[in-house]
Amino acid sequence: MRADPRVLRLGAAVTTLVLALVLVTGSAWLLAVQAVVFAAGAAGRSPYRVFFRGPPTKTEDARPPRFAQVVGLVFAAAGLIGFIAGITPLALGATAAALLAAFLNAAFGFCLGCEMYLMIRRLLPAANMEVPQ
Amino acid sequence: MTGWWVVLATLALGTVIGVVKLRRDGRLRESGQNLTAHALGHELGERATLVQFSTAFCQPCRATRRVLAEVSALVPGVSHVEIDAESRLDLVRELDIMRTPTVLVLDGGGAVVKRASGQPRKADVIAALGAFLSHDPDEK
Repeated sequence: MRADPRVLRLGAAVTTLVLALVLVTGSAWLLAVQAVVFAAGAAGRSPYRVFFRGPPTKTEDARPPRFAQVVGLVFAAAGLIGFIAGITPLALGATAAALLAAFLNAAFGFCLGCEMYLMIRRLLPAANMEVPQ
Repeated sequence: MTGWWVVLATLALGTVIGVVKLRRDGRLRESGQNLTAHALGHELGERATLVQFSTAFCQPCRATRRVLAEVSALVPGVSHVEIDAESRLDLVRELDIMRTPTVLVLDGGGAVVKRASGQPRKADVIAALGAFLSHDPDEK
């Protein structure tokens, strides 16, 4: 499966903005919306596709960005638990971790989730973390 | 108010990480390890071997593959071996590889002369090869 780099870049920028807003407003609802967007991205159905017409001039492997969306979803879910249960350090910490990853992707084109993949595999050699095609 | 501080601290940290990464990524450093054809599971190149560790979830691995393939085509006696890090976690732990791509530059005897984590520049790989190929006492 191939991914549209324009959609990925816009997605990283919007995600950075949304997660910063979550931290400033403390809105669990906004974080829940972002979690849904992460889940859609992990399924290869980013909502930001609607902003682009026509096929991209070049595409890239969809597996790294989809894996990164899964990592984002895990952090967003942890943050949501923190907000709902009133565990402020968890809420802020997990959201900040997701913000850090989104910002590095938007500003430097650096995929933190992808980089973490090998380290996670070193710790959990038996885990099967293939993203379904 | 706390939220603002968390946002500012996170963006500051991200900027530091990003700038450090831009400066250090793909730079070839000295290394003192050793590899044999047996451990590698591949024949070593006659004069040098470029070993690349890759994973499926790695954006710069493809570009790195292209760079190393070009160098091995350009410099005679140099071969390019790409290893799927996930299928060789033993080697990954032994060599303490934390990220992909990681590139090892091996001399003809399998000594790891240089290593880079992140995508190396073509000129840097050629320079690293040139540094020891020209001084190779066993050169035929």
